[in-house]
Amino acid sequence: MKKMDLQSAWAVAAKDFKIFKRKSTVIYVTVVFPLVVGIAFPLIVQYGLNKGSSHGINALTLPRYMDAFSIWFFIGAAVIPAAIASYSVVGEKIQKSLEPLLATPMTDGEILLGKTISGLVIPLAAIYAGSVIYMSLMDLVTQSTLGYLYCPNWHIGAILLVAPFICLLSVELNIIISSRVNDVRTAQQMGMLSALPFFGIYIASELGFFAFNDTNLLILAGVILVIAVVVFFVSRVTFQREEILTKWK
Amino acid sequence: MIDTENLTKKFGNLTAVESLTLHVNDGEVFGFLGPNGAGKTTTVRMLCCLISKTSGTAKIGNYDVGNSADQQKIRRMIGLLTENVGLYEELSAYDNLDFYGRFYRLDVQKRKEQIEYLLKMLGLWEKRNEAAGTFSKGMKQKLAIARALIHDPQVLFLDEPTASLDPEAAKTVRDFILKLKKEKRTILLTTHLLDEAEKICDRVAILKTRLVATGTPQELRRSPSGRKIKVQLQRVDNVIMEAIKKIGFQVSEITDKSLVIDVNDPEKENPAILKAIEAAGGHVQFITEIGSTLEDVYLKLVRG
Repeated sequence: MKKMDLQSAWAVAAKDFKIFKRKSTVIYVTVVFPLVVGIAFPLIVQYGLNKGSSHGINALTLPRYMDAFSIWFFIGAAVIPAAIASYSVVGEKIQKSLEPLLATPMTDGEILLGKTISGLVIPLAAIYAGSVIYMSLMDLVTQSTLGYLYCPNWHIGAILLVAPFICLLSVELNIIISSRVNDVRTAQQMGMLSALPFFGIYIASELGFFAFNDTNLLILAGVILVIAVVVFFVSRVTFQREEILTKWK
Repeated sequence: MIDTENLTKKFGNLTAVESLTLHVNDGEVFGFLGPNGAGKTTTVRMLCCLISKTSGTAKIGNYDVGNSADQQKIRRMIGLLTENVGLYEELSAYDNLDFYGRFYRLDVQKRKEQIEYLLKMLGLWEKRNEAAGTFSKGMKQKLAIARALIHDPQVLFLDEPTASLDPEAAKTVRDFILKLKKEKRTILLTTHLLDEAEKICDRVAILKTRLVATGTPQELRRSPSGRKIKVQLQRVDNVIMEAIKKIGFQVSEITDKSLVIDVNDPEKENPAILKAIEAAGGHVQFITEIGSTLEDVYLKLVRG
């Protein structure tokens, strides 16, 4: 088996980044969610604190709210890659650029790795940037209430540790979905469905069926990593040049 | 340079290419003709190691397309112009070529030189920084040809290079292919345009899932399956037409005083045709054999 050429894979990813730069909608979709979570939730907390302890958020309930809001970065890690990963594969299908790409000396694995990198880097950077904004604003809001900086803490740390694995899983699922559909919108809509299990976990935690504690998050990270590896191999099987040229319609 | 023997491709129960045996010489421009669904693109894809063969053998140079270790080497030595140009419309002409140059281990300087050479050669240098999506069809096709040549390949596969181009753009592309021919590259060209094949190709093959005929355009025009006779009469009527059809000949052209009849062996068949016409009341003034065009031969073979 040929050794994977990382430079070729990176060339594919770098080319995708150039295309994304010119496709402003792809970037907007990617950055809006983390920005909203990063800015809006601290504002909501500030508003709740301003309303006073009897009707709004108080020092006792504040950590619970902040932990609950930070879980949205976990959801975002599942949702955001759908926009980019589905575009990067379906976009190639629409432009019919896969055949000339497949005629180069690159292996299927290198192309897939390049697509995985391009689908992973921007959403992950957006989530981390959003989380930094979130933590900074939350600390501004909470320092006076709690008397200490609540962020960063192990809870959000564990969420940000799980985020790359969720992103990876989401990218691989979207590559599989993209191989079965013909337009970007359908791919993105179907890709969003891959986020449903994570919404399920979030709702379960809100209903008290699942505790979003550090131990459970680490277990979850391990489980997601195993699934992501399995899904990578499934997408590797799906992403075969003969399959792409003869069956991808 | 390109050799196939009994090359076959099946998709389930459908046979796309059957027992194709052909040899393309080094430095030759070889035309691949055939109707839609004849297996031209499938053959090109097999030769470019994009899809696997079902049986038979195929070699590019000394490399076997069925051997996975050789496939990388084949992809390095070939250039492919696909049926759909498949450019990255958001990227500039320069970036499109630069992207592909990276896969062939061309260093930055070599890439720059090659891109400049190709874009200047194809008249696109002034547009190098413009997005490919803003280009006309002809410019896109030229850019796709440049992409196929970015690594200076010895063997070039051109799938319908002038399809859907306006006459001027088609001529530019044809002229460029002729220039590549002078550089002694081995080119396999698939086309529907018989005139184009006749102008560019050293030899052509007619494919209809199986190989129907192969040879130089001149040889094919002279082949028995492509011969025609013109019969000059005092007048042509339905009785004469019926009489000719009745003895099994096809009339391909009719005027009020002449008929063009497809024949296989005029020396043997002319007396029977003459006899049938006379019996139907016709008066033959003279008979001549007329030269077939490649189009006549092609139509006869693919319909046959």
